[in-house]
Amino acid sequence: MSAPFLWILLPLFISGFLLFLRAERTILILGLATSILLTVLALIVPINEALLIGPFSFKLEGSLSIFGRSLTFAKADGSLLALNYGLATVWFLGAEPLGLTRRLVPAGLATLALLIASTAVQPFLYAALLIEVAILLAVPMLLPLNQPPGRGLKLFLIYQTLAMPFILFAGWILAGVESSPGDAALTTQATAMLAVGFAFLLGTFPLYVWIPALMEEVHTYPASFLLWILPQTTLFFLMNFINRYIFLRVSPDLFELLRAMGLVMIVTAGLWAAFQTNLGRMFGYFIAAETGLLLTALSLGTSTGVQAAFLQLIPRGLTILIWALCLSLLRAQVDTPRFSQIQGAMRIVPFAVSGLVLAGLTVAGFPLLAEFPSRLLIMEELASTSLEQLLALLVGILGLLAGTIRTLAVSVMAPPESPWESRESRVQAVFILSGAIALLLLGLFPQAMHPLVENLSLLYEHIGQ
Amino acid sequence: MNLSLLAWAAVTLLLITNIGLLIGRDWRWNLGLLAGQYLAMFMLLAQYWPLGLAAVKLVTGWMSAATLGITRLGLNEEADSAENAWPQGRLFRLFASFVVIVLALAVAPVFEQMIPGIGRAVVLGGLSLFGIGLLLLGTASALLRVTIGLLTLMAGFELLYSTVEASILLTGLLALVNLGLALTGSYLMNAAKESGE
Repeated sequence: MSAPFLWILLPLFISGFLLFLRAERTILILGLATSILLTVLALIVPINEALLIGPFSFKLEGSLSIFGRSLTFAKADGSLLALNYGLATVWFLGAEPLGLTRRLVPAGLATLALLIASTAVQPFLYAALLIEVAILLAVPMLLPLNQPPGRGLKLFLIYQTLAMPFILFAGWILAGVESSPGDAALTTQATAMLAVGFAFLLGTFPLYVWIPALMEEVHTYPASFLLWILPQTTLFFLMNFINRYIFLRVSPDLFELLRAMGLVMIVTAGLWAAFQTNLGRMFGYFIAAETGLLLTALSLGTSTGVQAAFLQLIPRGLTILIWALCLSLLRAQVDTPRFSQIQGAMRIVPFAVSGLVLAGLTVAGFPLLAEFPSRLLIMEELASTSLEQLLALLVGILGLLAGTIRTLAVSVMAPPESPWESRESRVQAVFILSGAIALLLLGLFPQAMHPLVENLSLLYEHIGQ
Repeated sequence: MNLSLLAWAAVTLLLITNIGLLIGRDWRWNLGLLAGQYLAMFMLLAQYWPLGLAAVKLVTGWMSAATLGITRLGLNEEADSAENAWPQGRLFRLFASFVVIVLALAVAPVFEQMIPGIGRAVVLGGLSLFGIGLLLLGTASALLRVTIGLLTLMAGFELLYSTVEASILLTGLLALVNLGLALTGSYLMNAAKESGE
């Protein structure tokens, strides 16, 4: 057996099988069993190394050949696989109290498997195609058949599709750059194509307009699932490029460009979030700011920057998950999650509102919360290079904080005589509470994420050298 | 027949179908033109690729057009009346398509320099397809036209990229993307119908 079969083809087959099932409980159990099994295997079975179980010896091959190309996992990929399937398990679990199991689990598993395939495919350029296929597969997950598609979904489809040609052409030009490294024109063309492609794929400013629009139009939970995994995979794809081509690694222009893109995303998304009155759209801006922070961390071009990006992965996944769950619960109580509608929401969905505020504070990098350590690393590095850039980052973070505080202020704004009546189920409350505790624990003990960061750094060892 | 003549005949067919797609309002005509576009693409590709591999593009394209056609048949005639994107004037669209073709002509030598061995016909065909696809995406709001825009854009890219890489896996994945786009477009059209929009 090979690792690509286990972590890519098997979940794809299972997701196809789940599509034919009707019972939600069965879909949930099978989906959870698959993701848990794949997480555990990723943690305990080393890839490409012999494993001795009593008298038996077993080796999981790291590579699988398909039509002359291959899907390849290295030993260090185990952490990434465990992280993705582990977090997916929690996402699938959270879909149950919202009644979204049938919509999220099969499509989510297939999307995840394809996005993981995009990190394993060799030559890695093919990742652009796999990401596109994953995006197309995710559309039925985002929009049920009884809901009209809006502008956000159309833009999402168009922008993501536009990214692919640019990235594939950039890859072809880069191959030319490798053979004649001194050709400045070719280098510029490749960098420009790559920048345009990734700007579409990551949704940088101003191309992230579809994110808040999508969050407003479709159900928060499946959209958030996609917005958790897609930018993260895209970031790994970008890191593959930087790690692979030496002229990209040593190019200060590229890192300056990445930093400018990241900081502009944080500042604009932070400011828009501060003045936003629709919680769905505000969440979209928070996610855009998160992507900006990942880009900024990577743009530092140092091993600390790479570590800051990796340190963000688990808290980012958890934060988006908690926010999505809480917003979905809040949405179930009001027509639209506008400030005018959610006044006094704290009295009817106290856990959901508290979760939203906590998630907002986490994204803003509030001390003692899960994303604080990575924010601190980014700020320290930025402070040593440019105070202006640090100031820009702080402006963005201030905007995110303002958005969170406004949310809190509006949701507690209830007439004194209105009663406290929590409409959340016990399961929902326990789920949010567990997530909140996890955010606190990760903030207090960030060293728990150290093995993951260390392993992932091995995959991109050339960056920051 | 002379290969170069065949290539230019294919480009002419591509340009006619492209302009037709941009100014045509009737969905039946549009899907017919889309099918014609894939035929022209096949004629161009057959000069670089083995016939079997080039036929993949033709079959995939026609399957995509058929998928969209079958879905559109199930919708009422007014389904595209939601098309309210600016500008709607045929004259303007005709002018815009000529601008795209002129731009493609102007940029073609740069591409010929970048990709050695690529013919002028393929560059012109690919760039005009890509440009008209972008124009369609910029001016359309109806789902069928947006999907046709995406397929046209992809066709332009595939035409250019086919001259630099011709692997079976890539062709298969691109075919999957094309079919996926058509199926997604059909799904979204059905979703709009089911919701009564």
